[in-house]
Order: sequence, then C-alpha cells, then structure tokens
Amino acid sequence: MSLIPAALATATALGVAGAPAGLVLPQRVRGWVVGVLTAGVGVAGGTAGVAALGGSGWSAEVPGLLPLAGTYLAVDALSGLFMAVAGAVVAAVAVYGIGYVTGHGSHGSHGLGSRGAQAVLPLFALSLLLVPAAASVSTFLLLWELMALTSLLLVLAEHRARPAVRQAGVWYAVMTHLGLVLLLAGLMVYAAQAGGETFAALRAGTTGISPTMRGLVFVLTAVAFTSKAGLVPLHAWLPRAHPEAPSVVSALMSAAMVNLGIYGLVRVGSDLLGGGPAWWWLLVMAMGGLSAVYGILQAAMASDLKRLLAYSTSENMGLVVLGVGAAGLFAHVGNEALAGLALAAALLHVVNHAAFKALLFGAAGSVLRATGERNLDLLGGLRARMPFTAGLFAVGALGAVALPPGNGFISEWLLLQSMIHGLEVPGVTTAIVLPLAVAVIALSAGLAAAVFVKALGVGFFAQPRGEQAAAAKESPLLMLVGMGLLAALCAALALVPGLLGEGLDRTVAAAGHTGTRPVAGGGLRVRLEEVSATLSPLWVLAALVVALGAVMGTVGWATRRRQRRTQARLWDCGGGAPTPRMAYTATSFAEPLQRVFDDMLAPEQDVDVTPVRESAYLVERVEFRNRVPDRIEHRLYQPVLDLLAAAGQSARRLAGGSVHTYLGYGFVGLITLLVVLVVGW
Amino acid sequence: MNPVGYAAIVLQVGTVVAGAPLLTGLMRQTRARLEGRAGAGVLQPWRDVRKLLRKEPITPVGTGPAFRWAPLVLVATSLVLAVLVPLISTESPVRGRADLIVVVALLALGTVALALAGLDTGTAFGGMGASREMTIAALVEPTILMAVFALSIPAGSTNLPVIVAGAADEPARLTSPAGLLAIAALSVAVLAETGRLPVDNPSTHLELTMVHEAMVLEYAGPDLALVEFGAQLRLTVLLGLLASLFAPWGIATSASSLAAVLLALLLVVLKVAVLGTVLAAAEVFWAKLRLFRVPELLAGSFLLALLAVTASYFLGGEGGQ
Repeated sequence: MSLIPAALATATALGVAGAPAGLVLPQRVRGWVVGVLTAGVGVAGGTAGVAALGGSGWSAEVPGLLPLAGTYLAVDALSGLFMAVAGAVVAAVAVYGIGYVTGHGSHGSHGLGSRGAQAVLPLFALSLLLVPAAASVSTFLLLWELMALTSLLLVLAEHRARPAVRQAGVWYAVMTHLGLVLLLAGLMVYAAQAGGETFAALRAGTTGISPTMRGLVFVLTAVAFTSKAGLVPLHAWLPRAHPEAPSVVSALMSAAMVNLGIYGLVRVGSDLLGGGPAWWWLLVMAMGGLSAVYGILQAAMASDLKRLLAYSTSENMGLVVLGVGAAGLFAHVGNEALAGLALAAALLHVVNHAAFKALLFGAAGSVLRATGERNLDLLGGLRARMPFTAGLFAVGALGAVALPPGNGFISEWLLLQSMIHGLEVPGVTTAIVLPLAVAVIALSAGLAAAVFVKALGVGFFAQPRGEQAAAAKESPLLMLVGMGLLAALCAALALVPGLLGEGLDRTVAAAGHTGTRPVAGGGLRVRLEEVSATLSPLWVLAALVVALGAVMGTVGWATRRRQRRTQARLWDCGGGAPTPRMAYTATSFAEPLQRVFDDMLAPEQDVDVTPVRESAYLVERVEFRNRVPDRIEHRLYQPVLDLLAAAGQSARRLAGGSVHTYLGYGFVGLITLLVVLVVGW
Repeated sequence: MNPVGYAAIVLQVGTVVAGAPLLTGLMRQTRARLEGRAGAGVLQPWRDVRKLLRKEPITPVGTGPAFRWAPLVLVATSLVLAVLVPLISTESPVRGRADLIVVVALLALGTVALALAGLDTGTAFGGMGASREMTIAALVEPTILMAVFALSIPAGSTNLPVIVAGAADEPARLTSPAGLLAIAALSVAVLAETGRLPVDNPSTHLELTMVHEAMVLEYAGPDLALVEFGAQLRLTVLLGLLASLFAPWGIATSASSLAAVLLALLLVVLKVAVLGTVLAAAEVFWAKLRLFRVPELLAGSFLLALLAVTASYFLGGEGGQ
C-alpha cells in the first residue's frame, strides 16, 4: 500500500530537482542529468500507476500546501492507467531526449538543449504524472495549468530558429487557456452545486443537482477536455503546436498529454457525474466520429511528416472518444456489460496509441534531426541511410494502421466488437448511431492504411529526393534505445494484450461500470466474456510466420539451382534511368484521395502559366500551387478572429490620446455606476 | 483432437493452393472462348509459374527489403486466409480464430505490403500503382466491414464458422433483404479487392489504366511468380468466402464424417468454379471504369451495406429471432 505514495514522492522530488539542474548545470552535463532525472520521474510515476492498476489505491490530503483549499490527492485504477501510460512514455522519451540533446551530428540549432527548456522538461513530465492523481477541483486545475504552461514553454523552445514556432505558440496559448476558462467555469458550477470541491464531495453531491445544471457542467467540461485531446472543432492548436515543438516534446504531448483530455472526460462524465442522458454521449460520439474522419483525411493530405502524425493523433483520439461515448450510451440504457467493453476498448486504444505515437514522433524527430527536413516530398531513401530509424518507424506505422500483427488492431477490434454487439441494445438511437460509428471506424482505418503507407513508403523508401535526405546519418545510440523501448512496448501490447486484462477491468470499474469483466483471458488471447468473440494475436503472428517460412522454403527449393540474386536496372521505358524527380511524392500519392474527398476538403489550386513573350502558345514557366487548408478552422475560426480584429480596430477610436477624454470616461463611468446603484437599491 | 477437422484443413489448403492457378486458367479460358479465341488452356497459369520459377531472381537497383519481402508477405497472408476461411467445414480446429474482422485485416495487410513494395522501387509506375491501390483499399475497407456487420447481426458473432453454420441451418437469413443487400455489397467489394473489372483490369498493360499491374511492374522471375500466385490465391479464397457466406449448402457442420468433408470439398470446388466462370463471362461485357468513377461504385456498395445493416435491424424480427 505504501508503494504509491513513495513512488509519487520520488517522482516529485526528481522532477523538482530537475528544474534547477537544468538551469544551473553547464551544457556538457545538462542533457545527461536532466534526462536521467526525467526518466526517473517517468519510472517512479509509472510504478505508481502500475501499482494502482494492480488493485491498490491511495488517497491523501495535505491541507497546508495550498492556501484556502488544500491539496487532495487520490490514486485509483483509472488514474493508475493514465499514470502508467504517461510514466512509460516519459521514461522512454527521456532516454531518447538524452541522445537528442547530447548526441553528435545534429541539424540546425536545438532549442531543447537550452537552459530554459531543460529546466521546464522535468516539470512538464511531472505534471503529466500528477494530473491524474489530483482529487479536488483546485488541485486538478492547478496541475492542469502547470501542464499547460510548461508544455507551452517547451513548444516555444525553438522560437529563435523559426518564426512559425511563435505563431504556433500563440495559437496553443490562446486555445489551451480558452479550454481552461471553460473547465474552470464548468468545475466551479459543479462544485458550487455539489457543495464541496473534493472529488469525493462532487461524487456524493451529484445526485442532488438538477439535470440542466448537470448538462451544463458536462458540456462545459467535455468541450474543454476534448479540446485538450485535439478533437474537432477545437483542434486547431494541435496541427500547429505538434510540428513546431521539438520532437521530444511532440512525443510527450501526443502520447501523454492529449490522453489526459480523455482522462478528464471519463473522470468527470462517467465517474463523478455518474453518467447521464443519451444526448451527452451522442454529442461526444458526434465529436469523436467527426474528428476521426476529418483528422485522418487531413493526415492523408499532409506532406509535413509531423503534421501528418499530429492529425493522426486527432483521429485516434476521435476513435477513443467514440468508444467513451458508446460506453456512456450503453450505460444509459442499462447495459453495463457492453458499456464496460466499449470503455475498455477505448482505454486500451489510449494505451496503444501512446506507444506507437511516441515511437512515430521519435522516429520523425530522428529524421528531422538528421536532415532538417519535415517535408515528405523532399525526403526518401532513408531506409538505406538510417536503417534502424526506418525499421522503428515501420513498427510504429504497423501499430497505427490497425492491421495485425500491430497493436492498434487489438483495440480497434475490441471497439468494433463493442459497436457490433451494441446493436443488441434495443432502441432506434443505437440502431442508427452504431452502424454509423462502425462506418467511421472502418473508413478511418482504411484511410490510416493509406496515410502510413505514404509516410513510410514516400518518406523512407526509394531514392532521396533532396540533398538533405541524401546526406542523412543514423541517429545517436540513445535515441535508438529510447525508440527501441517504445517498440518493445508496442510489440508486447500487440502480442500479449491479455496481460492488461485485469488492470483494464479495474480501470473500467473505477470509471463507474462496476460488476463487469469485459476483457478476460490469460495473456495469450483476448476473450470477451459478455459477447462471444476471441482474438489470439500471437496465433495470427505464428500462423503468418509459419506461412512465410513455408513459402520461402518452397520457393528456395524450386529455385535451388539459381540461388544468386542479380541486380538489374529499373524499367525505364527505354528513356534512360529514372531519376528521383520522377518518383511519386507525398503530394502525388495523396492526389487520388484528394479528388475523391474533394467536396469535404475543398483544396485550393492555382495554375499560373507564363507564355514566352513572342508567342502565346509557347510556355516559358508554369507555376502550380496546391494547398489543402483546414476547412473547419477556416470556416469556424476566421470569422471569430475577423470579428475580434474589427472590434479592436474600432475600439482604437475611443483612445484618441487626449487626457481630457480619458478623464471624461472616468467621470461618465462613475456617474453611471452611481445611477445604477441608486436605481438598483 | 479431431482428425477429421485437421483433414478438412489440410484438404482445404491443398485444394486452394492447387486450384488457385486453375481457377485463373478457367476464367481466362472462358473469356477467350467468349471472345472467339482458342485460349491457352486451363493449365496455363501453372505453366507460367513453372516458367517463372526457372528464371533467375532479379533485384532492381535501388530497391530494399520491402520490395523483396512483399511477395512473400502477400502469399503468406493469403495462405493464412486459406486456413481460416471455412470453405468445407465449420468444425475445423481453427474455428475459434476465424474472426471475420481478422480476415479483412489480413487481406489489407497483403495489399499494404504490395503497395509499400511499389513505392520502394522509386519509379513513377510503382508510386502510381501504390497510390491508386491504397485509395481503392481505403474505400473498400468500410464496405467490407459494414457487410461483415450486417452478416454478424443474425449470428450474434463476427466469428466466420458461426455465421456460416447459422446460415446453413437457417437459409431464410440469406433471402432476407439484409442478406441480399449484404451479398451485393460484398460482391462489389470482392471485385475491387481482387482487382477485377470494372475496378481494375488484370490483363492491362496500359499506363493510364493500370492499378495492380503498375505496382508490380518491376517484379520478375520467382518474385513475379509469387505475386501472381498470391493474387490468384486471394481471388480463390474470396470467391470461396462469398460461396460459403451466401451459398453455405453442403458445408460440413459436424466434425464426424470424412465423407461429408469430401462432399463439401467437391461442392465448394464446383461453387467457386461456377462463380469464376460467371465472373469471367460478365467481364467480357464490362468495360473498366475510369479510376475516378470507381469511388462512386464503391460508395454505392457502401450504401448497400449500410442499408443491409439497417434492414437487418428493422426487419430482423422475422428472420433473426
């Protein structure tokens, strides 16, 4: 029982020690010390999480630590799952980060190695681990804001190198604080209505609150949490901040921070509020479904590797939220077994997504560090130059495409099972919503295959299409070790997901769906107790390996007389050897999909033809521009921004610069106030 | 353990492996006769395999492991499918593992492997083929999964043998509106997945129309033999799957008698041969769709699948329960 507080105290001590270490230590040792401390934070926090998943719980109250409110901490299985995920990601990414900062052969300047960034990194890691442990509104909001601020500072780490970083930082700062305002409003209303601000008091007081107020609390907090998770329509910060942040930070944000949005949604929606009417969950499912399809479509169009990964995060979080919404819906109609299954599927997808997305961002960071290039159109040929990074990216991509033997397949299979069996629940709502949900999952899985074939095939295979890519060198050892840890995690999750079964059951129970054991089976297979379905990932892999061996053996035997492979030129249609310029780029790869989804994406294309001066028929220069703007952002945010800008412009007229006018404003203001007071009394 | 079940698996895989090139030969021969040509005979694909295996293995300059391994992965996934799909017996030793979603995912895995190989060559053809193939695959997957959904509703499970055995016991499921709609949707998806007309032309060598052929243009010798064999296996297994799902009569549903298994084997060979002949005959009269009209076809089949799900819910009272 004493493991959790000890581990949390260790994590806190290491994290707090990391900040001054990053500030004062000289550059030579800074990266090492901060990296080791951060990894320690991850290991300690992860240990606490695993202990909580194993069934132990802990809660504490430190009245003096915060003025007025005090600090409340509690760890149950639900917190434990998110702490374990964050801890594992933090530990592996910290090892990767040591190589990133201290290793040889870096490309361009690294803001991440600076004093400021190194001081903030351990605090960010710590905040990721402590947010799920908060057990009162004030503690939660404080840690939430610590996480937002530290991540903002880290996003800005490379602001000297690229102006785009500053713009991304502004977007992130504004949107994350809009989210905070909503969260603050929602939780304050909740605490006021429930008559207490600890989670225990909220849980106890929720029954006395009117349905309207409960709905208001849910909508406010759900919008805030889904914005943190990067869901449409409040996703605009994500595809900006993730690409511009240093890759270590992108990995932490995408694999650990966005998860906490899901944590908040489950904690407040299912646990504290104890579920609610169908419209809550339909709203959540609509947001999830929209994000899944929209995110993966934008990822399919993206040529920037990190932007592609960021949109894929939006997609995966959409799928998770779809599962969370379905769980709420099933619980509402009283089918706790299916609710447990859907929630377990969603949470397992959180775990899987964290593992493969941290790996993918790590590999993207290696590429960026080796080439200074994020544009897939200018990459290529990396599998010969950075074979380990390419292999690790392939492992992550296999997880992301949701195909066996990858880890993403397991959770998407569970999610599909819960939706398919959800039709047994009577009611027209489920009959309409669930087929659409299955369609969304299937479409996003299909498009994800195209996206990651593009990322891997265009980015890493074939010949380099740019000088930077041609000169790439393999990353330092520690970066590979960090990614290797994540790859091992992916493999474990893919092959023996049953090991997580007990922990998932406890997590689902902690989220309020008691009495269900959604995922059973000892390690080797996933068996669903409530519906008849089994999956044995290890068997599928073994069958594939055996089949592969059989094919190789047969072909080897049939061609035994001609074993030597000879090299030959590529087919060039008799026109000379093909150059890398003729190869398909990411843009050309995505072109058919862009045409198919033309109406949804509304791409902008310009063709400028400059004819030769003497003749209109001879072309001197053709310029082609193709851009796929984020349409939701364009339509939804631009009017608001324009309105604000117009309001600001017109407000300038009030400030003419004359002191007399300003005194007049003060006088009028005072009189108005007095009049209001007189009339109001 | 059950020896008949194992015998059924061995027979099934053996028949699929031996019969896949023959099915392609049969389809080509049908097509040739209908077009007034003599045709090369049913055995020609096997002769092609033999010829290609005798040639020296060639690696094009600049290609990597993805190019080398893709044909093997393609054939391996198809072989696993040949084990999993219940063609002749629903009481096989792998029945607990034959989940329909796994089957769909394994199909997609083969497609992905080949698309990566196409990109790995770094030529315009390879990239073009990969890009088109993945576009089509991305749109086919929802259709297949929706059809799976529709089929699994009356059975209450996505397990293939359960679905097939249920349909064999209760043929009314197949003639229900949901069943018919699902058949239509899945048939279109199978055409797209196996690269047949009107989605792709397996015998084309014209740049503008190639999808699958562009992707595998750089393969030669034994590798090409594997790629072609893999495609033939996929076609056979998918036609077999269609036959099992929508005409499950004759499939051995108990694990007792070898005679039933042998009869089922004969029947499934017959069913797949008929399906193949019909498909080949239909292909004579179809033109290939323009690439950018294909999504319309697939969207149509997706709609059919969605209707199948909805119909099986709203009309499920009589047939299902």
